[in-house]
Amino acid sequence: MLKVDNLHVSVAGKKILNGINLSIGAGEVHAIMGPNGSGKSTLANVIAGRDGYEVTAGSVTYHGKDLLAMKPEERAWEGVFLAFQYPVEIPGVNNTYMLKAGVNARRKHHGEQELDAIEFMQLIREKAKLVELDQSFLSRGVNEGFSGGEKKRNEIFQMAVLEPSLALLDETDSGLDIDALRIVAQGVNALRREDRSIVMVTHYQRLLDYIEPDFVHVLADGKILKSGDKSLALELESRGYDWVKKEAADTESAQAKSV
Amino acid sequence: MNDVKQKPVVESTPEDFAGQEYEAGFVTDIETDTLPPGLNEDVIRHISAKKDEPEWLLNWRLEAFRHWQTMTEPHWAHVNYEPIDFQSISYYSAPKSKEDGPKSLDEVDPKLLETYEKLGIPLREQEMLAGVAVDAVFDSVSVATTFKGKLKEAGVIFCPISEAVREHPELVQQYLGTVVPTGDNFYAALNSAVFTDGSFVYIPKGVRCPMELSTYFRINAMNTGQFERTLIIADAGAFVSYLEGCTAPQRDENQLHAAVVELVLLDDAQIKYATVQNWYPGDENGKGGIYNFVTKRADCRGDRSKVSWTQVETGSAITWKYPSCVLRGDDSVGEFYSVALTKMRQEADTGTKMIHIGKRTKSTIVSKGIAAGHGQQAYRGLVRIAKSAEGARNYTQCDSLLIGDTCGAHTFPYVEVKNPTATMEHEATTSKIGEDQLFYCQQRGISEEDAVNMIVNGFCKDVFNELPMEFAVEANRLMEVSLEGAVG
Ligand SMILES: Nc1ncnc2c1ncn2[C@@H]1O[C@H](COP(=O)(O)OP(=O)(O)OP(=O)(O)O)[C@@H](O)[C@H]1O
Ligand SMILES: [Mg+2]
Repeated sequence: MLKVDNLHVSVAGKKILNGINLSIGAGEVHAIMGPNGSGKSTLANVIAGRDGYEVTAGSVTYHGKDLLAMKPEERAWEGVFLAFQYPVEIPGVNNTYMLKAGVNARRKHHGEQELDAIEFMQLIREKAKLVELDQSFLSRGVNEGFSGGEKKRNEIFQMAVLEPSLALLDETDSGLDIDALRIVAQGVNALRREDRSIVMVTHYQRLLDYIEPDFVHVLADGKILKSGDKSLALELESRGYDWVKKEAADTESAQAKSV
Repeated sequence: MNDVKQKPVVESTPEDFAGQEYEAGFVTDIETDTLPPGLNEDVIRHISAKKDEPEWLLNWRLEAFRHWQTMTEPHWAHVNYEPIDFQSISYYSAPKSKEDGPKSLDEVDPKLLETYEKLGIPLREQEMLAGVAVDAVFDSVSVATTFKGKLKEAGVIFCPISEAVREHPELVQQYLGTVVPTGDNFYAALNSAVFTDGSFVYIPKGVRCPMELSTYFRINAMNTGQFERTLIIADAGAFVSYLEGCTAPQRDENQLHAAVVELVLLDDAQIKYATVQNWYPGDENGKGGIYNFVTKRADCRGDRSKVSWTQVETGSAITWKYPSCVLRGDDSVGEFYSVALTKMRQEADTGTKMIHIGKRTKSTIVSKGIAAGHGQQAYRGLVRIAKSAEGARNYTQCDSLLIGDTCGAHTFPYVEVKNPTATMEHEATTSKIGEDQLFYCQQRGISEEDAVNMIVNGFCKDVFNELPMEFAVEANRLMEVSLEGAVG
């Protein structure tokens, strides 16, 4: 279970996150929505351990362990997975080879037997089917020359192979065509388990029609301004974000007055 | 490059590298017979006498020496180093036991064999299992050539060049110095004057050499220079694949290595020549290391002949080397595939020359330069299309990969086209290993160091694919060892 407590983050001296509180239980699906530039990717990146962010206050724990003290790969070994908003290309590095190295590094860390080439090929064939990823993508360079949508599909394929206990999906729906969105969403649904938590960052209610969230949060001005169930997403779709910000500002000034 | 074959790349972990700076940097404790430092005609006479050479070869050496004395050291390469005192180098060093002339591996000094074991060349094992014939040159003398019997059956000659001078003088005299003339350049002239050993290969007409041929060079004695000379002749329709590996012990002084390699190809002949160069690179402050000034050239005399140079250069303090192809025969083909890695204070100025003379000649250049630490890297390539080279084609791809902010990569492509029907293609890229790439791999559970290795090996793949299978694995691992500590 993930616990984000009063998290403050700056990038290049600029305050981006301003006291995030978030609790994600096992098996839960959370959606995070919010305006461009509000800090959604920043939050996902900080949880996954990307360099370049300065945590000025607060904490992030996962199963009681201090995530912020770990290297990115150690967080991955703990079961944290990030589906990137912009997956990078790594020319010349075989997609399958990279994944095998990742899977086996984690198995090794947990004292499990590493998978051999044959076992691994079986695993990835099966997982490729889940997101209907063509076999030809397996032997290509990591994201090398993939279209935008293909990259997103590859991210969910990797999630299926790595079997994380906490998956952060950063705008996985952006760039997918209508059919691909359905296929990828079905893939994610197939990966839902009571011991696997999923956090989806998205701009569109449409994704949430396919993958029903337990909670919806609005991140704006570096804070979670409002949380609710899936009906909140519908409301955002029709009304936008301004009313949430206004409501939050009113609450704040009311609180300030009562002090 | 020791114990490489036992360990597949994917299974190595950072712990494997702990404290492992230069794996091959050990000194073998055996008695050597070494000339005092200095160079004059007497030294050359001494070397020639030691080797029982015929008069013509002594004269050839002396002529080269006299020419050398009129030459000055070239300084056009993009490298920086203290001037070399050629009088402080010893020009001959042989393990003492060699004097009695071992006839087979059993007679070779066990300490020497142990050295090869450490280098990952279990001669016996290779003789039995790998099907690779090895000529091991230790300091200046060839120690043992395995597999002679089997090669003899095929009519292939593979032996130390000093032995070839005695046993096949007509071949040596016919071809020696015809590809790289004695006065070709400063270091080639020096090599011609003082070369002590090297390999000789002759593949007769229509013969496909039944196994990979391989030579390992190692400099052991202090203050010695190594000047080996390799001559390979592929007669009409012949084929051979040849690999050379190099290591040297760790020493504070710089050591000079100035080799000459000559390849001769007649009609329809093919030579694949691969090098894995891992001479001692010096320490992180630039102290010590090998000066590697090498002249390699292939002469495609025959029509439809084909030569390919593949090199993996990770060692040496300074590398100065341009394996070249003279494409004289019509429809002849020259290829150059190179991976060069410089880190710490290493400097490399390397590339190739493709000289198109025959009609429809074709050349391919794929150069991958990797610089880390304070490493400096230059690609220097010449493509010359002579007037006679109707319909010649060249493809050049020249990529650089930088790791960190303190290294540098430069490219100096020279093109001279005298025939308008030529087709030239040139691609060049410079990239940096991105933090986003490293983070992506780390997020998938791969450590930063493994991620760098993976990205570098991916970058080098086009070149490693040209290496014989078992050496591709070795090259991968060598890159990993060389990159240890290059990040972060
Ligand atoms: N390296 C950086 N230097 C300066 N500003 C940065 C840097 N990285 C992020 N930011 C800023 O931080 C803010 C939050 O960015 P973030 O990517 O987290 O937004 P987001 O909510 O994911 O937006 P979107 O919906 O457009 O993906 C933005 O204003 C962005 O410009
Ligand atoms: Mg974002």
